[in-house]
Amino acid sequence: MIQMTAEAVQATRTQPVVEMSGVSVSFPGVKALQSVGLTLRPGEVHALMGENGAGKSTLIKALTGVYSIDEGTIVVGGEHRTFNSPAESQAAGISTVYQEVNLCTNLTVAENMLLGREPRSFGRIDTREMNRRAGDVLTRLGLDVDPKSQLGTHPIAIQQLVAIARAVDIDAELLILDEPTSSLDADEVAKLFEVMRALRTDGVAIVFVSHFLDQVFEISDRMTVLRNGQFVGEYVTADTTQLQVVKAMIGRELETLEKIEQEADEHTVKAQGEPLIEVLQLSRKGSVEAVDLKVFEGEVIGVAGLLGSGRTELARLLFGADTADSGDTRMRSRHIKLRTPRQAIDHKIAFSSENRRSEGVIGDLSIADNMVLVMQASRGWLRPIPAKTKDRLVSKYIEALDIRPADPQALMRNLSGGNQQKVLLARWLITEPELLILDEPTRGIDIGAKAQIQQLVADLAKDGMSVVFISAELEEVLRLSDRLVVMRDRRKIDERANENVTVSDVLEIIAGEVRADA
Amino acid sequence: MRNLTRHALFWPLFALGLLLVVNVIATPSFFSIRVQDGHLYGSLIDILRNGAPTLLIALGMTLVIATRGIDLSVGAIVAISGAVACTYMAGSPDESTAGRAIVAMTMAVGVGILLGLWNGLLVSVFGIQPIIATLVLMTAGRGLAMLITDGQIITVNNALFKKVGTGFVLGLPVAILIALAVFAITAVLTRRTALGMLIEAVGINPEASRLAGVRARTITWTVYVFVAFCAGIAGLMIASNTSAADANNAGLFIELDAILAVVIGGTSLAGGRFSLTGTLIGAMFIQTLATTIPTMGIPAETNYLFKAVAVIVVCLLQSPKARAALSVRRPSGLLTKGTAA
Amino acid sequence: MTIVMAPPEHSAGSPSPRSSRGFVFPTRFLPVIATFTLFVAMFGMGSIRYEGFSSPQTVLSVLVDNSYLIVLAVGMTFVILTGGIDLSVGSVVALSTMIAAEALRAGWSAPLVIVAVLLTGSVLGLLMGLVIHYFEIQPFIVTLAGMFLARGLCYVISVDSIPIKNETFTSFAQGTITIGDYFITPAVIVALVVLVIAAVVLHMTRFGRTVYAVGGSEQSAMLMGLAVARTKIGVYVISGFCSALAGLLYAIYTLSGYSLTAVGWELDAIAAVVIGGTLLTGGSGFVLGSALGVMVLGLIQSFISFDGTLSSWWTKIAIGVLLLVFVLLQRLFTRRST
Repeated sequence: MIQMTAEAVQATRTQPVVEMSGVSVSFPGVKALQSVGLTLRPGEVHALMGENGAGKSTLIKALTGVYSIDEGTIVVGGEHRTFNSPAESQAAGISTVYQEVNLCTNLTVAENMLLGREPRSFGRIDTREMNRRAGDVLTRLGLDVDPKSQLGTHPIAIQQLVAIARAVDIDAELLILDEPTSSLDADEVAKLFEVMRALRTDGVAIVFVSHFLDQVFEISDRMTVLRNGQFVGEYVTADTTQLQVVKAMIGRELETLEKIEQEADEHTVKAQGEPLIEVLQLSRKGSVEAVDLKVFEGEVIGVAGLLGSGRTELARLLFGADTADSGDTRMRSRHIKLRTPRQAIDHKIAFSSENRRSEGVIGDLSIADNMVLVMQASRGWLRPIPAKTKDRLVSKYIEALDIRPADPQALMRNLSGGNQQKVLLARWLITEPELLILDEPTRGIDIGAKAQIQQLVADLAKDGMSVVFISAELEEVLRLSDRLVVMRDRRKIDERANENVTVSDVLEIIAGEVRADA
Repeated sequence: MRNLTRHALFWPLFALGLLLVVNVIATPSFFSIRVQDGHLYGSLIDILRNGAPTLLIALGMTLVIATRGIDLSVGAIVAISGAVACTYMAGSPDESTAGRAIVAMTMAVGVGILLGLWNGLLVSVFGIQPIIATLVLMTAGRGLAMLITDGQIITVNNALFKKVGTGFVLGLPVAILIALAVFAITAVLTRRTALGMLIEAVGINPEASRLAGVRARTITWTVYVFVAFCAGIAGLMIASNTSAADANNAGLFIELDAILAVVIGGTSLAGGRFSLTGTLIGAMFIQTLATTIPTMGIPAETNYLFKAVAVIVVCLLQSPKARAALSVRRPSGLLTKGTAA
Repeated sequence: MTIVMAPPEHSAGSPSPRSSRGFVFPTRFLPVIATFTLFVAMFGMGSIRYEGFSSPQTVLSVLVDNSYLIVLAVGMTFVILTGGIDLSVGSVVALSTMIAAEALRAGWSAPLVIVAVLLTGSVLGLLMGLVIHYFEIQPFIVTLAGMFLARGLCYVISVDSIPIKNETFTSFAQGTITIGDYFITPAVIVALVVLVIAAVVLHMTRFGRTVYAVGGSEQSAMLMGLAVARTKIGVYVISGFCSALAGLLYAIYTLSGYSLTAVGWELDAIAAVVIGGTLLTGGSGFVLGSALGVMVLGLIQSFISFDGTLSSWWTKIAIGVLLLVFVLLQRLFTRRST
């Protein structure tokens, strides 16, 4: 599978910083990684590619000692190593920025950057020196942030940059950046790339994970593609096209997805008549500003935008998960209040959160209990669902959604991500909602389940259900939606019918605003 | 055998059984129950009767813990309940009539419910951590009880009131009957309706439950009221036992015993799945332990040592980490793998 | 009343999203300032109401009577800063007085006894910390077991009170340090030294900052490569050590060891920490605040004893009310910042 070019052969002569081979990691019910290899050479930016759930973050965490590996070897600087904690890998010269911002918001910016490596004199932390050093690094990254300020007072983008600053400041041989640009604007990305290039020149190996293909092709020298927890191939960026990479990432499932796309395209309806739900000037301080939105019956609205753009925040307001400060909501032209999820559910609105584990799954309850939870909550505790009805509903959806294991009494926490997501969808479908809001329903699940869920959404819309579909994967949004809404900086910046819109169009809409800002 | 040891109630039952066996060896007549004046007497009956207040509170505590909460104030509520009932009876001219006793007990339980509403308000509406929210009443509560009794031990003379703690109905002590009745009611309320499932859902994942439309706030509030109601009745039982309200010592440390009973019974302090039967076994274990130690000729005060050992052993047996360490030693990741995205 | 106060200038200048230079009042000091203000206000009120209250000796006496509680609260602050809790401290105090009294009666030398007691407390803390961290059992239940264990061990030593007649201890107990017309005891000095050391450790050492990091987010601290295990276990060792030291101070104060002492002190210590402005969820707070919390609790006692007509139970009610007020304020505060 590995494509060797002349350059690659030459590069292998210098000893790799890290060589992982045959690495397998499994979680209860899921094989997250199966015999995956990764070779990182000094002075190279190596992109780790794959769709959500392909195993990128798992591979990184296996390398840095967050997860233990079941099989395989990790060679660092020519020696076999097994790290038992991030502290150990850090000591071995591996500096990591994990996907989620992993800092302590209760401490200052400088502390977050230098914690564990503070300049000390006679065992005492030299606070002044620490703030000075932190200030230097921040300036290098072009950041105007007071090192003495508390991290929690800054927006997510700044926090992400501080996390990067922390990693950059460690004198590392290997720098790992997992989705470092998810909430950065173009200027900030440019600054980051400058720093990365400088480090590369100094001989540092860099792992770069990003779902922005353009960024990957701009900065990386080489890439490794994973799919469904398996190694697909290693490529030299200069010799590869974006299309080749996308094909490698999506693989044989491409056909299935194309089929859905065709069906969805055929289905496109024109927004007309009375909207099912309409919001006017919906605002909530710090999350969404003055958004107008109409959703018609049987329509799939795709919402695109970066993390923190307001896409999730909008969905939460539509469901009453957060309360709007101002704005008007109408359902079939009648004014309604959406201040709690309870009220939204009573209006036949359903919401599947992007945070499946923390906001969806009830891990210690069975599949059956998880499925009927919303229905039971609506009936109240005094009116338990009759056992027969419950059995019928549960087995119906287990079969319809192909949920495995097909045992209603299996504990939810033992299911794979994809099956959990299906149970959560069933939880809402049982209540026969009119508006289904799906926030990242396919994140981190295997590609088979992903295709099934996409198919389901297309079918539901065909049957007349309205869907608001949010995803970081623009391809997916475009594939499914009839109309497209683009969010940026907490505002709706664009809305158009999904006719001949391409991924790069959408990226331009988002990016166009960037230029206007600067 | 392996399946048997895996059953959630195996270890609690095993511990209780072991304790009973030790007792029978020490006192062969331990299991004997005799009938005297139509009433049942014997060590087992004593254990059940003396353990009734702890069991009552532990039942309520089970539901509170299932919602990820804890209630430290139950001991104070016990004291207040006893103080209200006794002070009211002692202060009225017809102290010994049944009517007085009924009004007094209703008032006491009512005050208990009010205090439960207060705790529930702090936890479910103001969002204060349960441990600190109930610490407020735990601290202030005994002061309030002393305020009611004016710092005195109030003794009362009322036949009906005395029956609650020491009387017999159908040959069985009233206290046992009350505790078993509350046990049965709790079991029916939680397992025959959807209440138990909703409580567990809230305890396992409060945010997911809220988003699923579960009225988490109401449920949380309800369990604090319920445990306070149980504590109110337990307070009456304890006061009735001695026909006196002792604001300082009534129900002292009963919150800890109740929490221990719940934990020994297999309900995790982290919330979620709960077992009322487990709590029943746990409460009986604690009471049997308290009875066993003096009969073995060991100073009663060392009871604490045995409790400490029992808690640690039970917790270790239920901790996945400890189980893994005890069985096959193999390298384990730092994070629980189940939390991987 | 015609004067309308204009809002202060700086409060309007919230930092712009991408830059936050410029003076912003460090909100994390607010709780401690609130506690200090409360203390001063209470002292002022007492001075107006009661004759002789205004003497500095009132404050010094509060220090003298609560020196051991300050030590206890300092240890508890470490634990609570990491997001944990230690219910065993009261029992460890009692156990320490028992070990000290019994060992002295057996003829051990004073320094040896002191070392033995401090070691016992630290080892108990270590054991609890190990179980909490490695077996992932809640601190509440582990330290509850520790509480029972220590109390049980007291009774194993003796059920009765044991007097202390050792000369070193008695001379220490009778020692006073006069400052002008006023006096304090050596125990106060010990408590203040502990306080200063704790503050230095928390704010100027790597261990101390890791305590805050773990309290802020244990997961983040682990991913940042910090020594989470050592820190989490360390705070329980510190709390155990402080409890043992508090036990020694109390044994000196009462010149006896008794199994039934210090019942419920863990609650006093927790109350002092909370009133001192430390968040029970961890990551925010100061030992100075906890010490001020102890002083506020002590001043309530002084109120009651100066008044003479107030019954003792008002102390408990007042502490409960204060706890409530501070918890509600904290809640309001954290809700606004998120």
